[in-house]
Amino acid sequence: MMSWETVIGLEIHAQLATRSKIFSSAATAYGAAPNAQANLVDLGYPGVLPVLNREAVRMAVKFGLAVGAQISPRSIFARKNYFYPDLPKGYQISQYETPVVGKGQLQILLEDGTLKTIGITRAHLEEDAGKSLHEDFHGLTGIDLNRAGTPLLEIVSEPDMRSAKEAVAYMKKIHTLVRYLEICDGNMQEGSFRCDANVSVRPVGQEKFGTRCEIKNLNSFRYIEKAINYEVARQIEELEAGRKIKQETRLFDPDKGETRSLRSKEEANDYRYFPDPDLLPVVIEKDFIDSVRATLPELPDQKAARYTEKFGLSAYDAGVLTASREMGDYYEAVLAALQARNLEGNEKLAANWVMGELSAALNKDNIEVTQSRIDAKRLAGLLARIADATISGKIAKEVFESMWAENQDADAIIEAKGLKQITDTGAIDKTIDEVMAANPKQLADYRSGKDKLFGFFVGQVMKVTGGKANPAQVNDLLKKKLAG
Amino acid sequence: MTELHHLTLAQLNEGLRARRFSSVELARHFLGRIERLNPALNALITVTGEQALAQAQRADELLAAGEATSVLAGLPLIHKDIFCTDGVLTTCGSRMLSNFVAPYDATIVERLSQAGVVMLGKANMDEFAMGSSNETSWYGPVKNPWDLKKVPGGSSGGSAAAVAARLAPVATATDTGGSIRQPAALTGLTGFKPTYGRVSRYGMIAFASSLDQAGTLTYTAKDAAMVLRDMAGFDPRDSTSVDTPVPDYLAELDQPLTGLKIGLVKEFFEGGLEESTANLIREALRVYERMGAKLIEVSLPNLPLSVPTYYVVAPAECSSNLSRFDGVRFGYRCENPKNLEDMYKRSRGEGFGAEVKRRIMTGTYVLSAGYYDAYYLRAQKVRRLITDDFARAFQQVDVLMGPTSPTPAFDIGAKVDDPITMYLNDIYTIGANLAGLPAMSVPCGKVTMGDTSLPVGLQIIGPHFAEAKLLNVAHGYQNETLWHRDIPKGYE
Repeated sequence: MMSWETVIGLEIHAQLATRSKIFSSAATAYGAAPNAQANLVDLGYPGVLPVLNREAVRMAVKFGLAVGAQISPRSIFARKNYFYPDLPKGYQISQYETPVVGKGQLQILLEDGTLKTIGITRAHLEEDAGKSLHEDFHGLTGIDLNRAGTPLLEIVSEPDMRSAKEAVAYMKKIHTLVRYLEICDGNMQEGSFRCDANVSVRPVGQEKFGTRCEIKNLNSFRYIEKAINYEVARQIEELEAGRKIKQETRLFDPDKGETRSLRSKEEANDYRYFPDPDLLPVVIEKDFIDSVRATLPELPDQKAARYTEKFGLSAYDAGVLTASREMGDYYEAVLAALQARNLEGNEKLAANWVMGELSAALNKDNIEVTQSRIDAKRLAGLLARIADATISGKIAKEVFESMWAENQDADAIIEAKGLKQITDTGAIDKTIDEVMAANPKQLADYRSGKDKLFGFFVGQVMKVTGGKANPAQVNDLLKKKLAG
Repeated sequence: MTELHHLTLAQLNEGLRARRFSSVELARHFLGRIERLNPALNALITVTGEQALAQAQRADELLAAGEATSVLAGLPLIHKDIFCTDGVLTTCGSRMLSNFVAPYDATIVERLSQAGVVMLGKANMDEFAMGSSNETSWYGPVKNPWDLKKVPGGSSGGSAAAVAARLAPVATATDTGGSIRQPAALTGLTGFKPTYGRVSRYGMIAFASSLDQAGTLTYTAKDAAMVLRDMAGFDPRDSTSVDTPVPDYLAELDQPLTGLKIGLVKEFFEGGLEESTANLIREALRVYERMGAKLIEVSLPNLPLSVPTYYVVAPAECSSNLSRFDGVRFGYRCENPKNLEDMYKRSRGEGFGAEVKRRIMTGTYVLSAGYYDAYYLRAQKVRRLITDDFARAFQQVDVLMGPTSPTPAFDIGAKVDDPITMYLNDIYTIGANLAGLPAMSVPCGKVTMGDTSLPVGLQIIGPHFAEAKLLNVAHGYQNETLWHRDIPKGYE
C-alpha cells in the first residue's frame, strides 16, 4: 500500500484591534445591536468614499516586522467584485498584487521537541463583510452590517505544514503572536481569529503537489485539527479508490465532524480585481517602519529563549509560559515578588506552580490569568513558605486552594489552620517513638528485612502530625530509629 | 431695464451688497422663470422652492448683519442631480434612484450652503452621467434652449440648459469625459472642470472614480472663479482630493496675456472637425494673438487613442461602482422577487437604462479573467502615455487650445442608436480627464444653420493645478468678446 504525505497551507484572518473600521469612522466593538455600528460608508451609500485608517496599516507593519517580513514601500488596495447581500458595495476592498507585508517566516515547536520553520507568503489588509441572518425572519434574510468594514489582516502561509498537528501549532503560534503585538484580541468564538485551510495529499517522495481543497472558516483549534484529519482521510480514500480529487471549496460541519463540498473551481467567482481608484497607494517610509519597530514588545520566541537560558526552564515549559503575553507577565511578576523577598533561584519552582496549580485553577473557573483570584504577589508569598520550608509542597496545595477560595495571604491561612511544618527534631522524635510503640509487629517485620515497610512508618508519622512534619527530617530520623 | 437674470454672479453679488435687491427677490425671480420655462426644457428634475426661499431668507439676514463673508452669499444655484443633497431627492437621472432621498450633503453642497448659496433645484442629467446628449435620463431628454429640437450635450445637459436659459446664474456639473465642457460648448456657456483632486468627490455619485471631477457652468470665467474658490479644497473624506491651498482665483483674473504661449494641438484639427467650427476656433486664436499671445503648434501623438482608452477605463470603474445598486439597501427594488438572484437581476435590469447596462457589460468584460491584461492594463499604459504627451507639451506652452466638440448641438435622436458616433463627441475632451488636467470651454461664436444659430466652444487646457491661469486666459478673452453675453431667443 502507498504511503501519503499531507500538505497544508493556511490563510489566517486576524481582525485588527483598531477602534474604528478600516475605511470608515464607525466603531468596531463586538456585540452592538444590528446595524448600530454601520455608517453610510459601511452601508455603501451612493457618493460615499473610503478613507484608510492608518492604525490598521501600523498594525500590519507590526506583524510584518515580528515575522521578519519585507514591508512593501508601496502597496495597493484593489477591489474584489462579487454580489452578496452582506457585501454592501458589491466589492470588497482588499489587496491583491501588492500586499503590505511580503515574505516572512516563523518557527513552530514539534512534538519531538525540534523546531520547524514555516514560511509566510504574504499578509494583506482587507475589510470584513457583514453577516446574513437567516433565522427569525420568516423566510426573509436579515442583514447586519456591523462587521462590514472591520479591518482584517489575512496571513497566508506557504504550504509548509505536513500534519494537522503542525497546522494547529502554526495557528497557535500566530495566535500568540498577534496577541503579543496587541493587534488582535484573538477571540475565536467571536470570529476575530479564523482560518481557511488548503489541504492536499501526495505520495511520499513525490515533488509535485496534489490537487488541493480549501476548507473555509475554521474558528477553533479543535475544528482545524478535526477538519484537516477528516479531509486528509477523505482524499486518501478517493485516491486509493482510483478517483481524482476535484479542486473545490469545502465547509466543515462540526456536528458531523466532516467536510462537504461548497462549490467547485468551475463555480468560483471571477472577482475582476482591479486597483481601487478611490484610494491612493499606501506609501510606507523607512521612518514609519523604524517607529513601529521601536514599539515591538519582546516576542514569544525571544522571551522563551530568555527563560531557558536564564532560568534553566525546559523548551516546553518556556513555550507554555510564553504562549500568552499575560501568562509570561504573571510568571515574571511572581519572580519579581520572590526576588523582593531575597528568594532568588526559585524560577523552576515558580514555573511549576504557574503551569500546574494556577493554570488548573484558571481552567476550572474558565478565567484568564489577568482575572486570577490569586495575584502574582500572593502566589510568591506561598512559594516563599515552600522555599523556607515552613510548609511542604503537599500542604502548599491545600493552602493554595484556601487562598483561591478565601482571597487571603498564604501566611494568614497557614497561621489560622496551624499548618506550619514541624521542624523541631525533638517533637518528630517523640512522634516516631509513639508510632514504633504502637506498631510492634511491623517494626519486627521491618527489622527482619521487610524494607518496604519504611513507607508505612512515614505515612503513620505524617498522619499523626497531620502532614505537618518536615518530610526530609522524618525520613532521616526514621531511618536512624528503625535501624535500632 | 436690466433684468436680474441678465446679471452675472459678480454683478448679482454687487447688487445684493448694495441692497438693490434681496436674496429672496432673486430666488423668487428665478423660481418664477423655472416654473414658466422649465416644462419645455426639462432641465430640472426637482425644484426646491420652499427650501430655497428659507435659505434666501437666512442669506438676507446674514447680509443685513454684515456677516456674509463669501461673495456667493444669497446667490441662487442649481445642483446637478448627481450630488447628494440632504433630505432632497437625488436621482442621478436614473430609475434606480428615483426614490432615493439622500441622507447627507455632498462636500461641495455643504461648502456652498455654508457660503450662503441658495439651491433652487436639481438638474436633469444623463443617467449616472453616462451620455453626451442628455438623452439617457430616466426623466427624459433635456432640450437645448438655442433650439428645442437639439440636444444640450451631456451628461450635464440639465445644468447647461438651465443656465443657458437663465433659470439660474450658475449650476454645478461634473466632467468624467467632457460632461461639463461639451454641454457648455453646445449651449454657449463657460464650463469649468478643475484638476482631478482639486474639488472633493465625496457625495458625488461615482461614475468613473479616477476621472470624475466636479465643476461649474456659468456665463463667465469670472463667475467660475468666484464659485470655484468656495467649492475647491482638500476634503479629509476624499482620499484623492489634494491637500494644497486654494489660491484666490479672482486675484489673478486680470493678469495681461502678453507673451502667453498657446499650444495648438495638431491632432485636434485633424479628422472629424467641422469646418465652420474650425473657423470659429481659428478666429478666437487670432483674438489671443491680438492680445499678445504666441501660437505654437504642438503634437500629442497618443491623443487619438484617448477615446478607446477612455471606453475601457471608464466602463471598468463604472461596472464596479454601480454594483452597490442592488435593491438591497436603497433605491429601486423590483416587485415580488422570487429569490435573491431574481431580486438582483430584475432590480438592476429594470432600474438601469440601456446605456448604463452597455457600459456595465463592457466594464465587466474588460476586467474579467483572461481579458484584463489585454484591455484594462493596456488602457492604463496608454493613459500614462497620453498623460506624458500633455506633460511634454506643457514644457513648451502655458495652455493648450482647440475645439471642445467636433460639431455644434445635434438633433435629439440623431445619434442615440449609434453609441460609437455618440462616443466620438468626447474626442477632444477626454484627454484632459485621462491626464487629470484642468480644462474649460468658453463660447467663441455661433454657427448659423437655416433659421437657428448654435454656439461653439473654445477649449482651453492647462497643466495640473493651473486653474488660476486658465481662468485668467478665459477672462482675458471674454474682455475682448461678447459671445458669453448671448442669450437664446425667448429667454431674454
